[in-house]
Amino acid sequence: MKYLGITLERPKIGVFDFTGCEGCQLQIANKEETLTDLFGLVEVVNFREISSERRNDYEVAFVEGSITTDNEVARLKKIRIQAKILVAMGACACLGGVNNLRSRFPLPDVVKEVYGGHPVDTGPVRKVTEVVPVDIELPGCPISKPEFEWLVRHLVLGIEPQFPRYPVCVECKQRLNSCVLDMGMMCLGPITRAGCNAVCPRNRFGCWGCRGPSDEANFESLMEILRERGFSEEHISERINFFNAFSGLLQ
Amino acid sequence: MNVKIGRPINIEIDHLSRVEGHGDIRIRIENGKLVECTWKVVETPRFFEVMFKGLSIEMAPLLAARICGICSISHALASARAIERALKIEIPEPAQKVRLLAKHAETLQSHTLHLFFLVAPDFLDVDSVIPLMQTHPQVVETAIRIKGFANRASDLFAGRTTHPMVIKVGGSTQVPRKRQLRELVKDLDATIPYLWEALDLFKSFTMPDFVRETEFVSLRGTEEYPFIGGDLVSSDGICKKEDEYRAMTNEYVVDFSTSKFSRLSRESFAVGALARFNNNYDLLHPKAKETAEELNLRLGEHNPFFYNLAQLVECFHVMYESKEIILRLIDSDISEFASHYRVRGCEGVGAIEAPRGILYHYYRIGEDGKIEKSDCVIPTSQNHVNIYYDLHKLVEELIEQGKGEEEIRNLSQMLVRAYDPCISCSVH
Repeated sequence: MKYLGITLERPKIGVFDFTGCEGCQLQIANKEETLTDLFGLVEVVNFREISSERRNDYEVAFVEGSITTDNEVARLKKIRIQAKILVAMGACACLGGVNNLRSRFPLPDVVKEVYGGHPVDTGPVRKVTEVVPVDIELPGCPISKPEFEWLVRHLVLGIEPQFPRYPVCVECKQRLNSCVLDMGMMCLGPITRAGCNAVCPRNRFGCWGCRGPSDEANFESLMEILRERGFSEEHISERINFFNAFSGLLQ
Repeated sequence: MNVKIGRPINIEIDHLSRVEGHGDIRIRIENGKLVECTWKVVETPRFFEVMFKGLSIEMAPLLAARICGICSISHALASARAIERALKIEIPEPAQKVRLLAKHAETLQSHTLHLFFLVAPDFLDVDSVIPLMQTHPQVVETAIRIKGFANRASDLFAGRTTHPMVIKVGGSTQVPRKRQLRELVKDLDATIPYLWEALDLFKSFTMPDFVRETEFVSLRGTEEYPFIGGDLVSSDGICKKEDEYRAMTNEYVVDFSTSKFSRLSRESFAVGALARFNNNYDLLHPKAKETAEELNLRLGEHNPFFYNLAQLVECFHVMYESKEIILRLIDSDISEFASHYRVRGCEGVGAIEAPRGILYHYYRIGEDGKIEKSDCVIPTSQNHVNIYYDLHKLVEELIEQGKGEEEIRNLSQMLVRAYDPCISCSVH
């Protein structure tokens, strides 16, 4: 295709899933109005959830889920060798996500609780960067459809994507939402990276940080405000740890 | 003599495509005899029952949603319902209606995804929906219109299609404004013609001729076709209360699968659209019954390929019923949508008809309002053994009919797909 007289490349993409719910890849398939445009911009050569075609000549790999077995490590390493650009997609891939909640307990106990004495192939929860280098992290639980499209446009045009540096609070104010913190709800909007269009506060539920910290997040100040408003340490810590998004910031 | 003796057939399908999650098919035929035929679940486990431990109940529906990217609304509903039944919380009428509408939006979204993106390519002889954009643009248009509506309805009633945040313990975080409801009715009316186009499309497909008599398990509705809670019934005559779900699922662990398996009266049973249809036919919307007739889908159908058609019938049901519910909501007071509650030690079960069949969540809650123990029984894990026995019988019949490797390969994959398995969900 041509844009302003320039021929655009039509990159070959692959979508791969590991330990997760496959909700992120569903966002891609779920793109109704713009689905035809998307498949015009990129050539999908490997996307098991929606297609039987499986080729290994992809240039961009979108990887969903955490890495929890040796098998997955080997499969991911192969994908890394093939892909020119590897995109970690969603909270499980970028942060470990909710999978990390099981890391509060020793692994043998975890297996025993669910499977009794039966052996299952599993291991510690790892985010994708703990196994292979990642070029781009597309955050969110799940990823946002418009942001995925925005990223694809950047990839096609060969422009490096710049994710918002500011927090969810900015997008929430832009939409003229009532502040859920002021309504007495816990909200991590002041420290979480924007890009989701404040979808949770917009639906009267405080942000819980699935997109990870924004640049220059004033973590201490938010903690002070939450304590002032009477939220217990336990309550705050449950919210902060939910997606494993702020592990470096939390004492 | 129609049995081809000679060349052995060896079919190995790793990570079957156009299904949610990872499953393998293995078929080995030697001297015209079936020596191996397995449906193997190779999904990596996530241990959700452990993740829930120690979590406060307000977070449970939000975590539950993450079990599945496709039926996250059902998981959030099952989770909230289990906790509400444990704490004996009555949720306000408007919240109940909004939940059912969210449920309907999910059913429509999930069934459309399955029928058009996962199933239709088999009948139109292509690898995926992508080539259909060139060859059958009107089919893709139909799918996109219906899915688009389902997603907009999910956004309005649940906050979004995947991982809703509106469903909370005690009711809803908010309900739509009446202006938004009126707009959605217009949107719905504009979408209905596409549903009739979908019917024409599926009428033109011939479902493979295969029957294996089985036991169907679902919720049983009293006044309405059931989606949220109620008695548990089987077509073999068993009826249990929601709290007795364990007597209905009898989960067990096997070495070759990370998904647990279930049984009831026989070696296997089936859940999902066809089970609901067979157990609740009388409660379907008249338009849905009309559709079933046009599709030649009759009460007591035991051909698993007809799961596809039962899903389409349910699309009609949820679409027409949604309109009636929304119109009633517009005419009623919807200012109350959440109940206050107090935590205490207790336990409870929530049963929901997820798109792929009956889903159960169970929690034991401590005095401090934290979850001490949980159990989730997933529709697809209840279907796995039934799929296994179906596959066996199908392949044996195909050998008997002298079919070649290509046809056995295709029909086996189509059979598994008909159940619309959600494998990552079944290994949660």
